[in-house]
Amino acid sequence: MSAGTPQAGDAGAIRPLVRVRGLKKSFGSHRVLDGVDLDVAEGSVTVLLGPSGSGKSTLLRCVNHLERPDAGFVEVAGEIVGYRYRDGRLHELPGREITRQRTQVGMVFQQFNLFPHLTVLENLIEAPVAVRGVPKPDAVAKAGELLARVGLDGRQSAYPRELSGGQQQRVAIARALAMEPRLLLFDEPTSALDPELVGEVLGVIRDLAVGGMSMIIVTHEIGFAREVADQAVFLDGGRIVESGAPADVLDRPGNERARAFLSAVL
Amino acid sequence: MTSDVSERTALPSAPADEHLLTARLVAPRRPGLWISAAILLVLAAMLIHTLVTNRRFQWPTVRGYFFERSILHGLELTIWLTAAVLVTGYVIGTAVAAARLSKNPVLKSLGFGFVWLIRSVPMLVQLLFWYELASLYPKLSLGIPFGPEFASFKTAHLFGGILAAYVALSLDVAAFSAEIVRGGILSVPAGQVEAAQALGLGRGRIFRRIVLPQAMPAIVPASGNLLIGMLKATSIVSVIAVQDLLYSAQLIYNENFQIIPLLLVATLWYVVLTTVLSIGQYFVERHYARGTNRRGDGFARLFRRNLPLFNRAGLAAGGRS
Ligand SMILES: Nc1ncnc2c1ncn2[C@@H]1O[C@H](COP(=O)(O)OP(=O)(O)OP(=O)(O)O)[C@@H](O)[C@H]1O
Ligand SMILES: [Mg+2]
Repeated sequence: MSAGTPQAGDAGAIRPLVRVRGLKKSFGSHRVLDGVDLDVAEGSVTVLLGPSGSGKSTLLRCVNHLERPDAGFVEVAGEIVGYRYRDGRLHELPGREITRQRTQVGMVFQQFNLFPHLTVLENLIEAPVAVRGVPKPDAVAKAGELLARVGLDGRQSAYPRELSGGQQQRVAIARALAMEPRLLLFDEPTSALDPELVGEVLGVIRDLAVGGMSMIIVTHEIGFAREVADQAVFLDGGRIVESGAPADVLDRPGNERARAFLSAVL
Repeated sequence: MTSDVSERTALPSAPADEHLLTARLVAPRRPGLWISAAILLVLAAMLIHTLVTNRRFQWPTVRGYFFERSILHGLELTIWLTAAVLVTGYVIGTAVAAARLSKNPVLKSLGFGFVWLIRSVPMLVQLLFWYELASLYPKLSLGIPFGPEFASFKTAHLFGGILAAYVALSLDVAAFSAEIVRGGILSVPAGQVEAAQALGLGRGRIFRRIVLPQAMPAIVPASGNLLIGMLKATSIVSVIAVQDLLYSAQLIYNENFQIIPLLLVATLWYVVLTTVLSIGQYFVERHYARGTNRRGDGFARLFRRNLPLFNRAGLAAGGRS
């Protein structure tokens, strides 16, 4: 597992799974992303750090086109996300195409966002059955395996509100995995959890990392980041101000802001 | 703190732990609930008593006309007019809600304009407008806007009383249901849509499977109101001589002057229909309460819980469960 860096472009190198180039995004006059370049190698784990409002969530949301960038582009698995290049222009794709691209990228939210009116099983099989046309019995069997993997086999018929926060987040991870994505995005997956529930969720993510899942994780769990990440990226004011091996970024940050932030978090 | 507790346990009246451990649990009784219920039941009984015993209501006459042919025809018309109006109204209303929620400024304004216009004009005026359309626009034609015509109709043949009623009432329901549906959709957290998008679900699927079921708990009670209101509001069509339930009753009392009994006949039928609809609404609401703790207690459970007020033995049977 080798960390991709924005410079990894030399011939012969394997093309990174995710390439972000010159990404800019404003809300009104507020520039949230100000030219972000980032590479994520297949099978690697990238941790995104940064103070509140630095644009971490926005960057993550641009990767599966929940947010439309103003300039620059995101490429996942060789395809420009949300656009098609033709005649010197990027034409936004029709909804159906964007939907197809999103099936390659799973996302886990801070607030879980499980569907409250569906059971755990229904949450897991909804997208595979509706989008990928998996036969229902196969989807149900797969859901059972995934729930076992996150330590929740047997809770298929529970409704989300009958589960603890940690259990809900593990179901949300299983739901994302059910689509067999090539990349998983996590936006502060443990920030809404009680301290004693954080460990069980991080354990599941750690297992995924060992299994070679490509992931971009926004987190404030520095110890966890140091342990699982192949690459750490520090965002401030919509720019990447520090990136590289976790040991360098987390322990010996050159940037002033990064140093202040990390000493506050640790 | 600890000395406080030991002092209290030392009080002569304090029970020993083993007594507490073997004690039977007793659910809270609600005498207030039963007393207020009793008072209301007595008042209801008095009301029914005066209704039944006051001879001037002429119940035998009411019974005689209750299944009268023309009344049943009127009833039939009221039922299907209401049904047709609601289906059409909600289809248009949902589309208008979608327009108001869309990002397209033209659709947004048109949706807003439609709701504004229909809600501003009294229903009676709308009804008369469609009924009198022939005098405003004697001819309607199909063709390219401002260009050549392909076909044209004489409106005089187009808008009879029933059709005018159907169009006017449907548009009215459309405007009000649009706001109900829009409110329901806005009540679903944005994170639900984003999670569904991130899973790659398509727009239609997200609306039908994720947003609408979660909007329903907000939509159903208000829709029940609108539906029942519309059931009775259809009686407005009597002004353009459409023979609905109320107008059929009016036609009879215009001949025999039994005004009160015939109004009672119509009223009782409206009560029957409203009852059926209210029961239906209860089950629809229960269906959409999936995954919440709002499924309600129901009479049976409320009664069983309060049983000890009347019957102490009843608790032992249903006691700690
Ligand atoms: N939809 C939106 N409309 C307007 N402003 C937005 C929107 N989404 C985000 N912002 C703004 O963009 C900035 C960056 O937001 P973002 O959520 O990416 O930050 P973040 O790094 O994830 O912060 P946090 O650690 O608090 O989650 C913030 O100032 C936020 O107020
Ligand atoms: Mg964020």
